[in-house]
Amino acid sequence: MSTPEATTVAARDIGEVDRSLYDFRKSEEGYERFADGLTPRIVEDISRRKDEPSWMLDLRLRSLDIYQTLSMPSNWGPSIEGLDMDHISTYVTPKVKQADDWDEVPADIKDTFERLGIPEAERTSLAGVGAQYDSELVYHNMRDEVAEQGVVYSGIEEALHGPYEDLIRERFMHLVPPTDHKFAALHGAVWSGGSFVYVPAGVSLDFPLQSYFRLNAAGAGQFEHTLIIVEPGANLHFIEGCSAPKYNVANLHAGCVELYVGRGARLRYSTIENWSKNMYNLNTKRARVEEGGSMEWVSGSFGSHVSYLYPTTILAGAKSTCEFTSITFAGHGQDLDTGCKVVLAAPDTHASVSTKSLSKDGGVSTFRSSVVVTKTAERAKASVSCQSLMLDDRSRSDTIPAMDVRRRDADVGHEATIGRISDDTLLYLMSRGMSEQEARTCVVNGFANPISKELPLEYAVEMNNLIKLEMEGAIG
Amino acid sequence: MDERDASVCTSTRPKPTEGGDAPLLEVSGLDASAGDKPILHGIDLDVGEGECHVLMGPNGAGKSTLGHVIMGDPTYQVTSGSISFGGSDVTDESPDKRSLAGIFLSFQAPVEVPGVSLYGFLRTICQKRPELKMTSRRFRERVSDVCAKLDVDEGWLTRELNVGFSGGEKKKVEMLQLLLLRPRLAILDETDSGLDVDALAVVSAGIEAYRTDVGGSLLVITHNTRILERIDVDRTHVMVAGSLVAEGGPELVGQIDREGFERFEDVASEKGGIA
Repeated sequence: MSTPEATTVAARDIGEVDRSLYDFRKSEEGYERFADGLTPRIVEDISRRKDEPSWMLDLRLRSLDIYQTLSMPSNWGPSIEGLDMDHISTYVTPKVKQADDWDEVPADIKDTFERLGIPEAERTSLAGVGAQYDSELVYHNMRDEVAEQGVVYSGIEEALHGPYEDLIRERFMHLVPPTDHKFAALHGAVWSGGSFVYVPAGVSLDFPLQSYFRLNAAGAGQFEHTLIIVEPGANLHFIEGCSAPKYNVANLHAGCVELYVGRGARLRYSTIENWSKNMYNLNTKRARVEEGGSMEWVSGSFGSHVSYLYPTTILAGAKSTCEFTSITFAGHGQDLDTGCKVVLAAPDTHASVSTKSLSKDGGVSTFRSSVVVTKTAERAKASVSCQSLMLDDRSRSDTIPAMDVRRRDADVGHEATIGRISDDTLLYLMSRGMSEQEARTCVVNGFANPISKELPLEYAVEMNNLIKLEMEGAIG
Repeated sequence: MDERDASVCTSTRPKPTEGGDAPLLEVSGLDASAGDKPILHGIDLDVGEGECHVLMGPNGAGKSTLGHVIMGDPTYQVTSGSISFGGSDVTDESPDKRSLAGIFLSFQAPVEVPGVSLYGFLRTICQKRPELKMTSRRFRERVSDVCAKLDVDEGWLTRELNVGFSGGEKKKVEMLQLLLLRPRLAILDETDSGLDVDALAVVSAGIEAYRTDVGGSLLVITHNTRILERIDVDRTHVMVAGSLVAEGGPELVGQIDREGFERFEDVASEKGGIA
């Protein structure tokens, strides 16, 4: 925490959190819903409706083929048996046009984002905002001075119809090809919505850009695609927030994020994910970093029933760096398999991974990391640190670090600790007037603090709220 | 209470109770154990409003245990007897309830809590108490005042609670909390003979400020008489093998300083108090 006063503000806000904040839903009236299940016909319909270039339709159909030939992952991570792909509506869209003024956004959708605090955040601390509701982007706006510098922040579908089509074609699903895994293929076939960000060489944004994804419809899938290109010497902080209300049927999120960090450029990608507890979050994120560039991930995973999330960074250029900071909180009924992968493929590349995981009420939290140092990565350096905190005897926490080092001069380290809140700590805090629950929450907030202090204040507050709700067992 | 003692009393510090009102802390017939192991036997101890008591005894006598039992440490079970505070029976209350009622225990080894800023922590624990609610600005000023009194570097406030603090620094942080929380009874567990000269000075300064500013009661647990040199003691209790074997005025401190605890250990053996 930067200043004592900031701490105080956060603490007061936490006291006023409303548990109904995330768990509300809107009617699906006026929706158009495709039949459950997946056929070439559906994929063609999606493409036609979006009036896409033909190469995109080709990519979709090719992806569908791959999807149908690849088998479901087996012997890997948590079970996804509860996910019946024949009953996931792959495309659900509210009948609205994208707006650039909140007043034009339909009242119930606007209300949703108001309750999530998005317009407020836009006014106070963001350079631009995108808001996606189910499969479509419903709001997009950016400050004029940012646009004047040549920064592009728009819906990716919209960008396909503009001057950046060729650039998108060169990069779209090149970092995450449809052949990567079954859900990448599914994404390639049915992707919809998402953001396109282009920061020209040498441009540095003072404020973050933010996208907020909200999945409202029951039994739906969200397959947004985020493509960010940060040109040489440019600097961007991008924030992604996700939430959904709780339904009794399974929802699927199989988004895809592709990040291109140019020479000497810097990209920070922050995520606070709070999908509802019936969500299968099978998301693929990947970044490629050129010479002297730096990639920073800050990630908080709180929601979903099952998560498979391993953002990957390829340090392709010499002296490029990657910092990965994350926290995962698995509560009752949650099996969160998270971690990251870093490939150090050039000389003098550095990677530093620091993760925290919490498990409570029978939740399972698994940290999986993979660090690869290739033969070409002279003097590469990587450190991985993983700390786990189990809040009771019924929960589980596993650490599965993998390292594949092909050079003798590589400097690679790993440390992991797994612990509990000690009785001494509880007594100490309680002897100063905190209830047992407050004492536990205090320890957990402290544990999460290295991550929350990397986030802008409002997001740090949101994260503390989520922790508080988890500690009270109010969510789900 | 002699005249010298009375002269340092502030007006907020009432005279020790004689008859009349019940004492602030009343421990009666207390037996306590840790699991199957009995530790305290038939403890009777009263601390009146504004009084300063000292609990002395050799290592392992159970002095710290008594402090922890009064605070409500669940490591120990009260098997018989009771603890009442401010006229209410708190024997079964949790430590936080006792804290809010006005009991404070300074720990021998304060716990490190990573990621929690000292300032945020101080603000949180003060906000739990209606009598200490105040604006952020006012609170900030109060903290500055207290820091000045204890010679605490305000740079510490942004550090993590007790993390990486030396023994003496941790003592300062305990005294800082003591002065901010303004408890009615402060139990200072200073059994650790490893306290260096600096830490001793800190504890003494904290006690002095607490006596003048807050005027609350004190129970100082120690076997180190040096810590008592600057304190006006009302009553001295001696614990051996889990029993209180002697009680006296401030003169008992000097006597123990000269003669040690041997004499009391013999008494304990005669009483059959050694478990």
